[in-house]
Amino acid sequence: MATDAPPPSKEQHKLPSPEEFSEVQESAEFGELRRSYRSFAFPLTVAFIAWYLLYVLLSNYAGGLMGTKLFGNINVAFVLGVAQFVTTFLIAWWYSKHAAAKLDPKAEAIKSRMEGGA
Amino acid sequence: MSTAQQTLLAANEASEHRPLIITLFALFVLATLGITIWAGRQTKDAADFYAGGRQFSAFQNGLAVSGDYMSAASFLGIAGAIALFGYDGFLYSIGFLVAWLVALLLVAEPLRNSGRYTMGDVLAYRMRQRPVRTAAGTSTIVVSIFYLLAQMAGAGVLVSLLLGITSDAGKILIVALVGILMIVYVSIGGMKGTTWVQMVKAVLLIGGTLLITFLVLLKFNFNISDLLGTAAENSGKGAAFLEPGLQYGATGTSKLDFISLGIALVLGTAGLPHILIRFYTVPNAKAARKSVNWAIGIIGAFYLMTIALGFGAAALISQDEIIASNPSGNTAAPLLALHLGGVDSAWGAILLATISAVAFATILAVVAGLTLASSSSFAHDIYANVIRKGQASGAEEVRAARWATVFIGVISIGLGALARDLNVAGLVALAFAVAASANLPTILYSLFWKRFTTQGALWSIYGGLIVAVGLVLFSPVVSGDPKAMFPEVDFAWFPLKNPGIISIPFGFLMGWLGTVLSKEEPDVKKYAELEVRSLTGTGAH
Repeated sequence: MATDAPPPSKEQHKLPSPEEFSEVQESAEFGELRRSYRSFAFPLTVAFIAWYLLYVLLSNYAGGLMGTKLFGNINVAFVLGVAQFVTTFLIAWWYSKHAAAKLDPKAEAIKSRMEGGA
Repeated sequence: MSTAQQTLLAANEASEHRPLIITLFALFVLATLGITIWAGRQTKDAADFYAGGRQFSAFQNGLAVSGDYMSAASFLGIAGAIALFGYDGFLYSIGFLVAWLVALLLVAEPLRNSGRYTMGDVLAYRMRQRPVRTAAGTSTIVVSIFYLLAQMAGAGVLVSLLLGITSDAGKILIVALVGILMIVYVSIGGMKGTTWVQMVKAVLLIGGTLLITFLVLLKFNFNISDLLGTAAENSGKGAAFLEPGLQYGATGTSKLDFISLGIALVLGTAGLPHILIRFYTVPNAKAARKSVNWAIGIIGAFYLMTIALGFGAAALISQDEIIASNPSGNTAAPLLALHLGGVDSAWGAILLATISAVAFATILAVVAGLTLASSSSFAHDIYANVIRKGQASGAEEVRAARWATVFIGVISIGLGALARDLNVAGLVALAFAVAASANLPTILYSLFWKRFTTQGALWSIYGGLIVAVGLVLFSPVVSGDPKAMFPEVDFAWFPLKNPGIISIPFGFLMGWLGTVLSKEEPDVKKYAELEVRSLTGTGAH
């Protein structure tokens, strides 16, 4: 079914055939890339959404705790709010570090082989 | 002196310096029109019009993403919400920022790798093209129009404060002017022009906000505790002003509304079409990731500064004056600028004019981004792939996109004239809820769930869209509330102002249900293609 080629793209990339895509998808190398991405991104997404929802719920139902003053007029609510900013910056940095070290080299290798080799 | 007199004085002060304000507005408009014409000359094919030729650097795009995202709701709405309700206004800032992690971790890179011009490219990738593209185009246009309404309402509020235009005809004229400008920006400049306008705006907005933040902190010797204490005292609400609950803590229903808003904010961003298409303007997925990181840094810094803006306004201006100027607090930031400079001084008027011009620039840039997203989706998803069944040439697509721009511009001028008195931040939160209900489930299922089918995609998009918009229609935003669109009538049987808590899970549920109940088999080969492309960038345009 090599005639069943996808429409040519505007830029002159040679797009591999559907069979090649299926082959690569089932390969151990791609499986490794997928695992490396999903096992990092999925739990982390669940974690930061849970942490954010915890903050929303505390704001709603734990007024006493949130209003506790820590120093001067700075209370727990304020510190937790700023903490959401800090964790957002940290998670963005952490994911980017993981992607550069673990994902990019694997993705790059598969891409160059598929575009160049076939 | 009574507060009413003070407000009058402030308004007079502004009116004396009206020529200055108008000059600054005109300068921004002229500069951006120049950019647009320059960009228009370089826009030759479809990739230029839709994606700015994909040649922007990660930093440039990060700046433009920030310019696209920090809307009138962020600048005017959040500052106002904090100024009036203290801590509860802060939730907007936090939700709007944390939401970027969903875009970073799950959406930006796969989207850049597997799509070309629109959100519909990714949604329809392994599905039957025509029905899914029709659905994606419909939800893109609905979400963008909700968002546009908020910006139009913001423009009306701002300009009526600054130029003293209070007549309905005057406000409608301003809305029409904004609409015509956006038609010009987008139809001539395409993505390239829009991107540059957004970059210029982001720099102006960050600069203006930094200046005001610095001046606020200077007043309090950089002691944040003092700033918060003075704000609490001056607000007349004491310590409660610094704790959650002033706006949403009253009843069980309002607490539920707070959760609903929180969910909509955090899940909405990654489903906003005008944000998603920005990732196509960079050469590859790595650059898309880097531009999200820049955006998180810039947007995060900006939202941290909204704390100083909002509490600064509460500390330095009386609540009565803020409310007298705009009942929703939308003008707190410009008023703060006036007070920081000194109500009776030229310096105060100059600051007011500068901050107002920045807010105006903010609105124009976001409006241009939204118009581009909806006209691109109309031209690429609906015209080229549904009506012409993929047979349209690039030049024909771009022509269709330009006409769609004019059409959407005219529609939003009409709707904007109707919505000119609505609450800005609330309207944007609705757009987030609709995006999170109709778009996000299908994006995630498409990218990560092997069994997902066309029927699942359609049920999820239309289900999420209809329930989200339907619940808004029967909510206190539209009727049965003094601040509603139609305050005289009451058909608000849904008690929450934000539908997210129901409509977002519903969108996800329908995607799952539509898939498990479908008779067709999922296209396994197409999914292999999509998955490999989305993770590796093979064959990316």
